[in-house]
Amino acid sequence: MWKFIHKLASPPHFYRLAAQIVPWLVVPGLLLVAYATYAGLFLAPADYQQGDAFRIIYVHVPSAYLSMMTYMIMAVSAGIGLIWRIKLSHAVAAAAAPLGAWFTFLALMTGSIWGKPMWGTWWEWGDPRLTSELIMLFLYFGYMALRGAIDDTVKADKSSAVLALVGAVNVPIIHFSVEWWSSLHQGPTLVKKGGPAMDTAMLYPLLAMILGFSFLFGALLLRRVRAEVLFRERRTRWVKEMVLSGGT
Amino acid sequence: MTDNDESLGIFAGTLGVARRDLLLAWKRPGDILNPLFFFAMVATLFPLAVGPSPEQLEFSGPAVLWVAALLAMLLSLNSLFLSDFEDGSLDQMLVSPLPLSALALGKTLAHWLTSGLPLVLVSPVVAITFRMPFSVTGILMLTLLLGTISLSLLGSIGAALTVGLHRGTALLSLLILPLAMPVLIFGARTVSLVAAGDGVAGGLYFLGAYAVLVLSFAPFATAAALRISNE
Repeated sequence: MWKFIHKLASPPHFYRLAAQIVPWLVVPGLLLVAYATYAGLFLAPADYQQGDAFRIIYVHVPSAYLSMMTYMIMAVSAGIGLIWRIKLSHAVAAAAAPLGAWFTFLALMTGSIWGKPMWGTWWEWGDPRLTSELIMLFLYFGYMALRGAIDDTVKADKSSAVLALVGAVNVPIIHFSVEWWSSLHQGPTLVKKGGPAMDTAMLYPLLAMILGFSFLFGALLLRRVRAEVLFRERRTRWVKEMVLSGGT
Repeated sequence: MTDNDESLGIFAGTLGVARRDLLLAWKRPGDILNPLFFFAMVATLFPLAVGPSPEQLEFSGPAVLWVAALLAMLLSLNSLFLSDFEDGSLDQMLVSPLPLSALALGKTLAHWLTSGLPLVLVSPVVAITFRMPFSVTGILMLTLLLGTISLSLLGSIGAALTVGLHRGTALLSLLILPLAMPVLIFGARTVSLVAAGDGVAGGLYFLGAYAVLVLSFAPFATAAALRISNE
């Protein structure tokens, strides 16, 4: 077990392994998203209150889920990097941040588009989840700005790891803010006592979409980590040998 | 016995650093007064922008005072570790046998006493100009008291992370403001709710709990950040 982890943390090994894993994530990811797109648009019935407008949920919920998930991945791998001094996990944190920021932006944008017909406004400040998602975006910006401001990679890794861990304190606050404030945002429909409050014809495409998004996210993350590793190891011998032998 | 001595030493270290910083602040009162003037001026900007109608001022008072206090706190955070970084005192703290987190807590304590507490004390004067009733002003001071503790502690982490950086000023705001938003939301909302005749306990509990939560990890995060910044 430990041997496996040590081997995984070695950049050249990870670099090759990640290349092999990516197709295994891309193919099921694309299949799931294709199925969910079709089922979400045609098979799922229209909502009795919201009509067809609810269908944006199939982009909104996976994005919102991944925006938080990515932060957790970022904070956990930054923490691992800080505690056990594993360079690779710092690279994972660095690669995850822009992805997380994009998913957060996507969640905000789709939420805003959804809000227009449902609440009659593009932006509702009274809604805690919209607001906390915006705070989430700022957290990502702060993290990336701090990284950008420090030239030394090792120092940037450590400093931003401290920030990510401190910011992680806010993530539970974001999640539970739904229950703290009463608001316009519909309550949690997916994670709820007594099972999801949703018709299965609507639910399955949503679950498939979440899974598909996660697979594609994993593929993107691995690709970004590979690029990050390659950049950080640009002066090492294995990169030189690989480039000279014409490999990728 | 030795255990006891050690814990006494830590406590003395925290207080010693705090006393030193308070003494430094006392010698240069401008450092304390500038954020207060800034606070009063930001609070003045809003009525000038919004207009003098009493209803609007009454309505926006809690929010304006809280935003102004938050910005004033940010203003003073920049210099928290800067002079120590420049004159080498920070290096002495890093090599000190006392835990760095205890010393960082001392610096944060001094920062709160010289920037947070004065804001709390001055806020009623500004609140009067916003026609805030006395009962609400009391709650405002209480929320500011609890909120500025969290802000000082959170801010010390940001200040420690950016201490050696050339472009630190704007970055510090970017790092701290998102973390500070829960404090702002609960602080300002609680005062608004009280002004509207609603309950107050929930917001105060949250602010208190948040302050305790931040107190439990901020000194350690600040110490870690200081070590990283000075490598």
